[in-house]
Amino acid sequence: MEGHKDRVIRTEGLFKVYDDGAVSLKAVNDVSLSIEKGEFTALVGPSGSGKTTLLNLIGGLDTPTAGKVWVHEKDISGLKKNQLIDFRLYNIGFVFQAYNLVPVLTARENIEFVMLLQKVGKEERNRRVDQLLGEIGLQDKAGKRPAELSGGQQQRVAVARALASKPQFVLADEPTANLDSKTAENLLDMMAKLNMDEGMTFLFSTHDQRVIDRAKRVITLVDGSIVSDVTREKTTIEA
Amino acid sequence: MLLAIAWKNIWRNKTRSLVVITAVMLGLWAGAFILAYVFGMINQRLEDAIGNEISHLQLHHEEFYKDYAPKFYLENGEKVLEGLDSNPRVKASTGRVLTYGMVGSAANSTGGKFIGIDPTREDQVTQLSTKLTEGEYLQRSDKNKILIGKKLADKLKVKLRSKIVLTFQDINGDIVAGAFRIKGIFRSYNTALEENNLYALDQDLSRLLNAQHQVHEIAVLLQDEEQVDEYARDLSQQYPTARVESWKEISPELGLMVESLDQYMMIFFVIILLALSFGIVNTMLMAVLERVREIGMLMAIGMNKVRLFGMIAFETIFMVLIATPLGLLLAYLTIYWFGMNGLDLSGLYQEGYAAYGFKSIIYPQLDAMYYYRIMLLVGITALLASIYPAITALRLDPVKAIRKI
Repeated sequence: MEGHKDRVIRTEGLFKVYDDGAVSLKAVNDVSLSIEKGEFTALVGPSGSGKTTLLNLIGGLDTPTAGKVWVHEKDISGLKKNQLIDFRLYNIGFVFQAYNLVPVLTARENIEFVMLLQKVGKEERNRRVDQLLGEIGLQDKAGKRPAELSGGQQQRVAVARALASKPQFVLADEPTANLDSKTAENLLDMMAKLNMDEGMTFLFSTHDQRVIDRAKRVITLVDGSIVSDVTREKTTIEA
Repeated sequence: MLLAIAWKNIWRNKTRSLVVITAVMLGLWAGAFILAYVFGMINQRLEDAIGNEISHLQLHHEEFYKDYAPKFYLENGEKVLEGLDSNPRVKASTGRVLTYGMVGSAANSTGGKFIGIDPTREDQVTQLSTKLTEGEYLQRSDKNKILIGKKLADKLKVKLRSKIVLTFQDINGDIVAGAFRIKGIFRSYNTALEENNLYALDQDLSRLLNAQHQVHEIAVLLQDEEQVDEYARDLSQQYPTARVESWKEISPELGLMVESLDQYMMIFFVIILLALSFGIVNTMLMAVLERVREIGMLMAIGMNKVRLFGMIAFETIFMVLIATPLGLLLAYLTIYWFGMNGLDLSGLYQEGYAAYGFKSIIYPQLDAMYYYRIMLLVGITALLASIYPAITALRLDPVKAIRKI
């Protein structure tokens, strides 16, 4: 297939089948989609519709039963586990529902951690951590451990950690599920700003109407298949 | 960063980590102390055996051991002794007249080993005079006086100045007997020696044996124990008709004990470490399994297997690294203190130890080499103990792990 300059993610005929011998379940059923740089996309659908599975396949956390995933036109479906780990390190940022910060590290260290894995120099690390702490508005909490931060603050740190590696895109799995309304709004404001200012590509799996309302594109999954794919002119709330 | 995380991870559950650290520390302390105790006991036995009983080297007639017949005395014994006196490698030497027979009192009789000694020379080699608890040591001017062990005295129901009769064969095979008066009673940590040995003047026994100033045995104490084998070879060449034996040949069980002790003790220590390693593995497994989601996240964001393995391994190694110096320091201090003051077990096992020739006050000792060996073994144990928990972490599927509650 011909390359596309701004295409970040592309899947074609993607299947993920869970088969325990007695029951066969198609969690992802023939999904083909393409996501361009700078998109702010929400994957929506009822529970069990395959949102998270699709996110995991795109993020290289899981391997498809059939079909392919390209990230910046690189086919990651055939990569081995170790290659996928390295690929994720340099290309994909993850934000999880339960924040999943390292509890023994401070906010600053959690953000810095991924850059240490990338062997980024100390000066560059410090500069980038300071910048990200500024963007998420937690400079004064830099030395705090996750247990000393609120849920919203932890999720902000998680977003900063996802961005610290300068990924091609960020995959966020139900990032607002554990947050109250105000905190969720603040977090979404922050991510929308990063999307607009830095052109960072975000792909969410979500049930949250607030996320859906802000998404520029909403892809709906039912029983593992895409049933609608709507692109909006602009988000409903300005970042 | 891996080191920093590993270090911080140890202190997530302080109680659990401290339990492991304490267990390793106590295990090392106990293991090192037992090593020092056994080495101290064996070395003491060796020093006592060499310094008080068998000496470094002994010379006998080639056929003396056949049936311990008194006719097999050493040729030119006095000249051999003169030669030994002039050798700077020799600390002390003595000649002995030996014979075996019956010793009887009015109340009882038993078998015994009768040793005719030069009192001055004998004392230089075995410090026999220091072992007397009653009476006096033999003088060259004495006649038919004898030193007897306390246990033998009790058996014969005799006391100081009592008369006993020694009966044995002379060099011609005729039965001879001599009455001796007890001049001194000695004690020994070695029960067998205290029950069997009787010391008279060489001239008295020689007279009864119908021998003339001949000796059956020459015992040699060297300045440097390291020269035993070399000097034994030299003496063999110098006196080809004599049978020259080192302490290892005279007392092969002692030689075997000393030579194999090293291996036995290391096997013993490995067993201790093996037991400790199960505790370490168990703790580290718990540490891994209680943070499955975090490990899944680390794998998801790009922590590769080598780093993950390293993180878990460092956690194990750190715990052991904390415990090792503490355990060894504790062991060093305990060994040093008991090495200076002695561990007195006389209230518990004096008779038992004495039956095997051991003293009941033990002075533990452990060479620096063993501390290094222990550190090496502990390091290997830590590495091995970290493998299974680390592999368990590596086997986690990040997708499932992240969703783990």
